[in-house]
Amino acid sequence: MLPGTSGNILIEMLGNMLRIRHFEETVIRLADDKQFPGHFHVYIGQEATGVPALVQLRPGDLSFTTHRNHGHLLARGANPGRLLAEILGRATGYNRGRGGTLHASSADLGFPVTSAIVGGILPLATGAALAFQQMGTSSVSLALFGDVVMEEGAFYEAINIASLWKLPVIYLCENNSLEALGQAAGEYPSSTIAAKELTHVVDCFGIPTYLVDGGDTGAVFDAMREALDRARGGGGPVFIEARTVRSPANRPVWPALLMGELDVTMAWEDQRIPEEYQKWYREVDPILRFIRELLDMRHATREAIQELDQQVRDEIAQAVRFALESPFPAPEEALDQVFA
Amino acid sequence: MRELTYAEAMAEALDEALRENERVILIGSFFFGLSRHSVLLNRLRQEFGPRIKDPPIAELGSCGVAIGAAMAGLRPIVDVSTASFFFQAWPQVVNEAANVHYMTGGQTRVPVVFHLLAGIRGAGAAQHSHSPQAMLWNTPGLEIILPASPADVKGLLRTAVLESNNPTVFMDHVQLFEVTGPVPEGKYSIPFGQAEVKRQGRDVTIVATSIMVQKALQAAELLMREGIDVEVVDPRTLVPLDTETILESVAKTGRLVVADECHLRCSVASEIAATVAEQGAKYLKAPIKRVATLDVPIPFSPPLEKFVEPTVEKIVTAVKAQMIELS
Repeated sequence: MLPGTSGNILIEMLGNMLRIRHFEETVIRLADDKQFPGHFHVYIGQEATGVPALVQLRPGDLSFTTHRNHGHLLARGANPGRLLAEILGRATGYNRGRGGTLHASSADLGFPVTSAIVGGILPLATGAALAFQQMGTSSVSLALFGDVVMEEGAFYEAINIASLWKLPVIYLCENNSLEALGQAAGEYPSSTIAAKELTHVVDCFGIPTYLVDGGDTGAVFDAMREALDRARGGGGPVFIEARTVRSPANRPVWPALLMGELDVTMAWEDQRIPEEYQKWYREVDPILRFIRELLDMRHATREAIQELDQQVRDEIAQAVRFALESPFPAPEEALDQVFA
Repeated sequence: MRELTYAEAMAEALDEALRENERVILIGSFFFGLSRHSVLLNRLRQEFGPRIKDPPIAELGSCGVAIGAAMAGLRPIVDVSTASFFFQAWPQVVNEAANVHYMTGGQTRVPVVFHLLAGIRGAGAAQHSHSPQAMLWNTPGLEIILPASPADVKGLLRTAVLESNNPTVFMDHVQLFEVTGPVPEGKYSIPFGQAEVKRQGRDVTIVATSIMVQKALQAAELLMREGIDVEVVDPRTLVPLDTETILESVAKTGRLVVADECHLRCSVASEIAATVAEQGAKYLKAPIKRVATLDVPIPFSPPLEKFVEPTVEKIVTAVKAQMIELS
């Protein structure tokens, strides 16, 4: 369903989703071309969770994300060129090349630090909420993480403190284990939680929970709106589980463009969909789902969507040029900023 | 000058910090452990109640919450109580707090203080007697503070809480609480990275930290009776380390004993000895000696505990050995 918000916001959200998708398709190509070293993670298939959640934050709110951060940063308006430069280890990157894909962060956009340690941000996001409460602001802290975090002890220590102290923090768990074929094939560590439902685990701490379809932009938007109202109003923490489906690009240990790139015309021209990825593009891909809803409700025309898509593609092409032309940091810079 | 106990001086510093900056909060409040000094916090509790948060027994959670709060604008002091419990918080301290400023390219600061009660407290056995300063010293990004006197704890705590913008590990030794000494009236801070020569001497330099400073001073008195004049240098902070003052003292005496309560292997004493060996070998008239805890877990039974810990007697023996090497 469509979120109950203005047409402008809906189009802004679509732009952010397309920006995330084309950015990460580009990241995968750059990795294939050996333009940067190391492992990386993509957000492809989860765009309809992060975008409607993050679009509702206000200045002063803080978000904490993980190794799967590109989508979250872009949803808050990150400059694709500077983000890509960080991934390529360049001096112009958000972290001056010290973080890379795993730790990209932007304090100006409300991401004080990004931790690639499973569970690492749970206490941090909870602590930011304590600061807001102590300072008497109505700001909210948002933790964005995968279901695997619930395997870690840090999760339980953090939510217990948040509940005891009624802190304004929202735990947005993006459960991306569904249909994780690689999991079954033993290709990468799987999510292994004995609880039948993730929300059951949180219920018993006295924290209100939501379970939503993470591919449904409107469902995520509405849950997040209620959660923000509650947290800002002094009602304490909220837990949202958004169920997302791992895209074929995200199934291998190293992300790969197995299903090609997103073509927005697939939303209305069935014959463009490759045979072997029919299910993904017809039923699952959250961006195409959102586009179909926008078209059905006449919030946009096919032409306008194609135009927006082209605009985003041009922007990403420019980001690639910026990042590749950016210098590497001088080696001796490695020694500065250990301390403030 | 007035005399205060170490515990009183510390309580005064906490009081001043809470009074001066409303961004200062306490997470946990077992600053004085189970000792009689705990009553010193009663007045603070009454006056600053909402800013003193008592967390569940969750060291990882409380330290992480303090780190997150520091990133969002507070200046929290999180009290971990016994330093051995700090291992529960290791992932948040070593892998989050210490990395934040560097890893973000200087975007985010973490002005948090972790307060620990370190060391062999007597009958703490293997799980309540740790001195984790050497392990922490191997983690770039943490300031490490080891006061040894009432005047120092007051001035250093002020710097840690109100002035430093970095994650700071502030370690009190349980056996220091009763130590009395002169403490200036009013507010003062002691900058990090400034060693203090606690006793002037000609013959041998003892570089000592935390409780070992007090033991080194006692050893110096005993040695004076035998005509050996010892200089005691207290670095006061490991990060940053005042290497210059240590080297100046060794240049004067030509002999070095390093006294430290960490286990000997890879101890604070080892690092200071290595630094002097590397940068000050030309001053040395005798090989450097290290006095530290033996490389076994701390045992419970009093004679066993006494056997493994660094004592005044062990310092005296090490200094005398230095003098023999000369003759």
